[in-house]
Amino acid sequence: MERNDSIWSVSELTRRIKGTLERGFGAVGVEGEISNLARPASGHMYFTIKDEGAQIQAVMFKGSQRGLGFTPKSGDVVRAFGEITVYEKRGNYQILIRRMEPGGKGSLQAQFEALKKRLAEEGLFAASRKKPLPLLPQHVGVVTSATGAAIRDILNVVTRRFPNLHVLLAPVKVQGDGAAEEVAAAIGRLNEIGGLDVLIVGRGGGSLEDLWSFNEEVVARAVDRSQIPVISAVGHEIDFTICDFVADVRAPTPSAAAELVVGRKDAFTDMLAEYGRRLEGCMQHVLERAKHRLTRSAQHYVFREPSNAVARYRERMDTVDQRMRRELRGSMQSAQQSLDWVSSTLQQRSRSAMQAGRQGLETSSRHMEQALRLRQQRATQEVQRLTLQLRALNPLAVLQRGYSVTRLDDGTILRDASAVRAGDHVRTRLAKGEVLARVVEGKEKG
Amino acid sequence: MSNEKNVSFEKSLARLEEIVAGMESGELSLDDMIARFEEGQKLIKFCSGKLDEVERKIEKLLTKEGPVETESFPHGDTPDADELPLG
Repeated sequence: MERNDSIWSVSELTRRIKGTLERGFGAVGVEGEISNLARPASGHMYFTIKDEGAQIQAVMFKGSQRGLGFTPKSGDVVRAFGEITVYEKRGNYQILIRRMEPGGKGSLQAQFEALKKRLAEEGLFAASRKKPLPLLPQHVGVVTSATGAAIRDILNVVTRRFPNLHVLLAPVKVQGDGAAEEVAAAIGRLNEIGGLDVLIVGRGGGSLEDLWSFNEEVVARAVDRSQIPVISAVGHEIDFTICDFVADVRAPTPSAAAELVVGRKDAFTDMLAEYGRRLEGCMQHVLERAKHRLTRSAQHYVFREPSNAVARYRERMDTVDQRMRRELRGSMQSAQQSLDWVSSTLQQRSRSAMQAGRQGLETSSRHMEQALRLRQQRATQEVQRLTLQLRALNPLAVLQRGYSVTRLDDGTILRDASAVRAGDHVRTRLAKGEVLARVVEGKEKG
Repeated sequence: MSNEKNVSFEKSLARLEEIVAGMESGELSLDDMIARFEEGQKLIKFCSGKLDEVERKIEKLLTKEGPVETESFPHGDTPDADELPLG
C-alpha cells in the first residue's frame, strides 16, 4: 500500500489521519473550561474545551446528555469523557463526549470533599451521635428502589434466614433528578409512621454519578434527623458516601445491612439455646452431687443396719440385767440359807443361847443387806456407763460437744496431720453446718 | 411501639445471664438451685416467645403522606430497571 513519492488525495490522507488518531487514542478524559457553547435545534451541544495553552473542539449528542446532572454553560470547568474523532468534511478533530461532569472546584469529588468537611465540622459524623441498633429489631423500614438490586438482596437474606420480620419498603428513585429529595422525604415519612425499629437506606452499586443522591446534603440531613437508627447501605464495599458517614451504622452492601438486622435475632436464638443447656448442665451436676452425698451417708453402718447397733446394746443391757437378777437371787438364797441355819441353831440351842443367836441373826441380816446394796450399786453403774457409751457413739452428740470431723476432698476422714499439705482443701463438719477450709500447715504433734 | 418490649426482653435476658452465672458459681443451696433453674426456664420461654412474636410480613408503602396505606410486596426476581447504566 505504501506509495513513496506519490501524491495522496485529500480524502485518502484525511482517512489515514482519522484512522491513526481514532485508533491511537481510544477512550480519553479531559478537563478544561467550556467556551463557545452552541446548542442548535437538534439538541446536540457543540463547544470547545480549553485551558491556558490549547483548545479542542467538542460535541455531545443529545442521546448522551440524559445522564448529565447539570446544565453546562460557557466558563464551566468540566471533565469530559469520550473518544477522539476526525470530522473529515471540515478537516478537524474533536472529542465526542459520552459523559461529562463538573470539574475543578465544581467537580463531584470536590463537592463531596467540601460537604464532608462541612458536615464533619458540624459534628454530624460524631460517634456520640450514633444511635445503637435496637437489641431485637422486628419492624424494618427500607428506603430504596422497588425494582432495584438492593431490595432484592435484602429480601433474599430475610427469606433465606426466615426470621419473623416485618419489612416495610418505602419505594424511591435512587438516581437522577429528584432522587435525593425522594430518599430524604421517605426517611421522614417512615419516622412519622412510627413503630419501626431500624431503617435501611441504600441502593446497589454504581458509578459515582449513580450513587450521587446519597452524597447530597438533603439526604445527610434527613438521616441525621431520623429518630430511628439508620443503617446506610450504598453501593459496594469500596464506595463511601456522605450518607454512610452520617448513618448510625454503615453496611458495605444492602445484603450486609440485612444480615446485621437478621443476624441479631439469630444470635439471640443461639444464645437462649446455650443458656438452656447451661442451666440444665448445672442442675444435673448439682443433683448428681447431692445424690452422691446421700448415697455415701446412707452407706454408713449406722444407717445401713440401724437395728443392729441398737440390738447390740440392748443385748448387752439384757446380759447385765440377767446377771444382776442372778446375783440378787443368789444373795437371797444365801441369806435364806443363813436364816435357816440360824433358825435350826436356835432351835438346837437353849434359851440361854438365844441372846447370842439373836445377835448372830442381826449380824447376818446386816451383812445380807450390805451385799445386796453393793450389788445393786454396781449394776446401776454398769447401766449408766453403757448408756453414756451409747450416747457417745452418736456422731452428732460428739459434734455437739465441740468436736468436729474433717474430711479430705475425697471424703476420707482426716486423722493424721501428715495426710494433708498446705493448700489442701478440707471440709469440716460441725454440729451446725460445714466449714470449707484450706490447710495452712499440717503439724505432726510429737 | 416495640421499645417497651425490647426493654423487658433485655431485662429478662440480663436476669437469665445472672441466673446462669449464679448457678455456675456452685455456691447455691440445692433449694436455691432448683428455684433458679425454674426461673431460668421460664425466662428462656419468655424470650424465645419474644423472638417469634412478629409475623413475617413484607409490605410496600403506597402513600407519600397522610394515612398509611401499604400493599404486600411480592418477593421474586424483578429486573432492576433503574439501576441499569443509562445511555
